[in-house]
Amino acid sequence: MICTVHVELRDDILDPEGKAILHALHSLGYDEVSDARVGKVIQLQISGDNRDDLAPRVEEMCKQLLANPVIENYEIEWPA
Amino acid sequence: MARVGIITFPGTNCERETLRAFASVAGVEALPLWHRGELEDGLDLIVLPGGFSYGDYLRAGSVARFSPLMEQVIQFAHEGGYVLGICNGFQILAESGLLPGALIRNRNLRFISRNLTVRVERTDVPWTCACTKGQLLTIPVAHGDGNYVDHAEDFAQSDEAGQVLLRYCDSNGELTDAANPNGSMGHTAGIMNAAGNVFGLMPHPERAMTDRVGGGDGRILLQGIVQWVDDHSAGEESE
Repeated sequence: MICTVHVELRDDILDPEGKAILHALHSLGYDEVSDARVGKVIQLQISGDNRDDLAPRVEEMCKQLLANPVIENYEIEWPA
Repeated sequence: MARVGIITFPGTNCERETLRAFASVAGVEALPLWHRGELEDGLDLIVLPGGFSYGDYLRAGSVARFSPLMEQVIQFAHEGGYVLGICNGFQILAESGLLPGALIRNRNLRFISRNLTVRVERTDVPWTCACTKGQLLTIPVAHGDGNYVDHAEDFAQSDEAGQVLLRYCDSNGELTDAANPNGSMGHTAGIMNAAGNVFGLMPHPERAMTDRVGGGDGRILLQGIVQWVDDHSAGEESE
């Protein structure tokens, strides 16, 4: 199955790329945008189909490597 | 004789000049180490040089942190061994948890490659022991991810504990916003761990070893570090 991990900078960490995108959108006239944050999407092709078995492993992957808890939050999305 | 081990990861690109810089300091045996190898016995200092280990994929330093030799480096540091990280080496040390905080994209989103001025905050530690307090050093930086961040309360703690050893400043030593090239918290250019045996900095002292390349201030740092580890190392007794 494919599991999707979303990694985002924590709210209290300034996101320079997000700021640049925000400025670009404003200069294009999209003044309704008040903030932009940039994150990463990591798709993992995982063998096995028991989500209960896989979930703790993916959680571990996020903590160990995929996200840096000092600056990032993550969310794990499973197929519906 | 101080034995200094310099690690090459895939994508490291400053290992040659770092070896050369240390070898040019009197009383140093500089040893190249490969990331899949073993740590040699009796090392007084381990250096993680600059570059783009594993292409900076995911986050700068995040993959190198799990290379086989790094587990031994972490062990070495936990036993009190001296570890220095320059630029990408600093990023790897932060990713490995040996140093507090993290390094994110420069606030102007540009790769910065030029000489900068940094101010020495204290000198009673291995890493700046040959400097004077408040001394200004001119050392080049070359990085895209040098913006030092940490949680506000954690940074306040490291800062109060005197772990920030080098700060970006203007030519008068003032911490103006314009003199902070990448947006680093507290103008941090170099920070050590609480125990004081691990230090990371974004500037490249190994590129400032002689006036012939535009300045020799890096040599002051490296000479001091070598002197200190030679005098204090937990490794082999000096002869």
